[in-house]
Amino acid sequence: MRRWLPSPLLSASLLVMWLLLNQSMAPGHWLLGAVLGIVAPLLARPLQPHGHARIHRPLALFRLLWFSAIEIVRSCFNVSQIILLRRSADVNSQFIRVPLDLRSPHGLALLSCLINSTPGTVWVEIIPDSHELLLHVFDLHDEAWWVDTIKTRYEQPIIEVFEGPGTDATGERT
Amino acid sequence: MSALESLPWWAAIVTAFLLVLGGLITVLGTLGLARLQSFYQRIHGPAITITLGAGCILLASMLYFTVTQARLVIHELLISVFVLMTAPVVAMLIMRAGVYRDMRASRDEHDGDDVNSP
Amino acid sequence: MTPAMLLSAAVFFALACVVLAMLLCTLRLMIGPAAQDRVLALDTLWMCVMLLALLLGIRHGSQIYFEAALIIALLGFVSTIALAKFLMRGEVIE
Repeated sequence: MRRWLPSPLLSASLLVMWLLLNQSMAPGHWLLGAVLGIVAPLLARPLQPHGHARIHRPLALFRLLWFSAIEIVRSCFNVSQIILLRRSADVNSQFIRVPLDLRSPHGLALLSCLINSTPGTVWVEIIPDSHELLLHVFDLHDEAWWVDTIKTRYEQPIIEVFEGPGTDATGERT
Repeated sequence: MSALESLPWWAAIVTAFLLVLGGLITVLGTLGLARLQSFYQRIHGPAITITLGAGCILLASMLYFTVTQARLVIHELLISVFVLMTAPVVAMLIMRAGVYRDMRASRDEHDGDDVNSP
Repeated sequence: MTPAMLLSAAVFFALACVVLAMLLCTLRLMIGPAAQDRVLALDTLWMCVMLLALLLGIRHGSQIYFEAALIIALLGFVSTIALAKFLMRGEVIE
């Protein structure tokens, strides 16, 4: 099972992608999609240096995604208000640094996707020495609030999702 | 165009609302791109276009085809998932390209340290 | 006034908005002071073209435009990544 289907979630999403692309539920397309879902992860495995991600708590992941969807809509309105109403020189755009505890590469990828999808914040890079995240904020009024939000609202759930409560991620990789 | 004539009112109103909202948000995002002063501010403008503007128009497209073809048409989800997964990568790479280029330019200018450097 | 008329008016409005957005992108593409501004404008232009394809699909009631939009999104992603990588390092393939 583990050998031929290293990541059931990836295989299932490839099958769904195939069915959506063909817009058909015919048995032939289920068969082709299943072949794609099994063969593609096996062929792509050498390309993934960190192995497949293991999601420990799907419920926490859904809660995190729901929260970030709300956050995306909210900050969309904030950013559009700023674009429409304020002069560009008055906007306080700043780089800030957020110290991170998250080490799992999949977790970092998810965190960067969520932060970059939210209008008003762009992830620049992780400073290798201190493991701090360099972030650019469109309209900064309170740096401590941003650091606190990212650490409690985003980073903590991601650590829960990928590393599980109390276990480390390294032992789980295939 | 017989399918279009049988379009119910509620679907037409919701689709039209989503289309108008999506169009306005798209213009807002690119307005930010055209109007803001520095590069680091401009990069935040298109994020609205990509997330909410594209999201509204994709939703409208899904709703319209589902109602007119009388079956579930949700393959636009593929585009939304693709855009949501790739747009952050693009934003991060462009941002890093900008930061590196600024660092390189200020290093060439005066061989000291620069303001943007992490 | 029928639902179809309301819908075609909305589609027309959204098309006009997207074309205006493309014009703004083109403006930034031409005046952008630095190369990264131009790449950003080009990326947004790809996104607008994708939205334009979707809107044309609704206008003509045809599903063919979906494939076009998907391919435009794919091509836009790849070309922007290549350009950004080029700006960052000065080489596409290291």
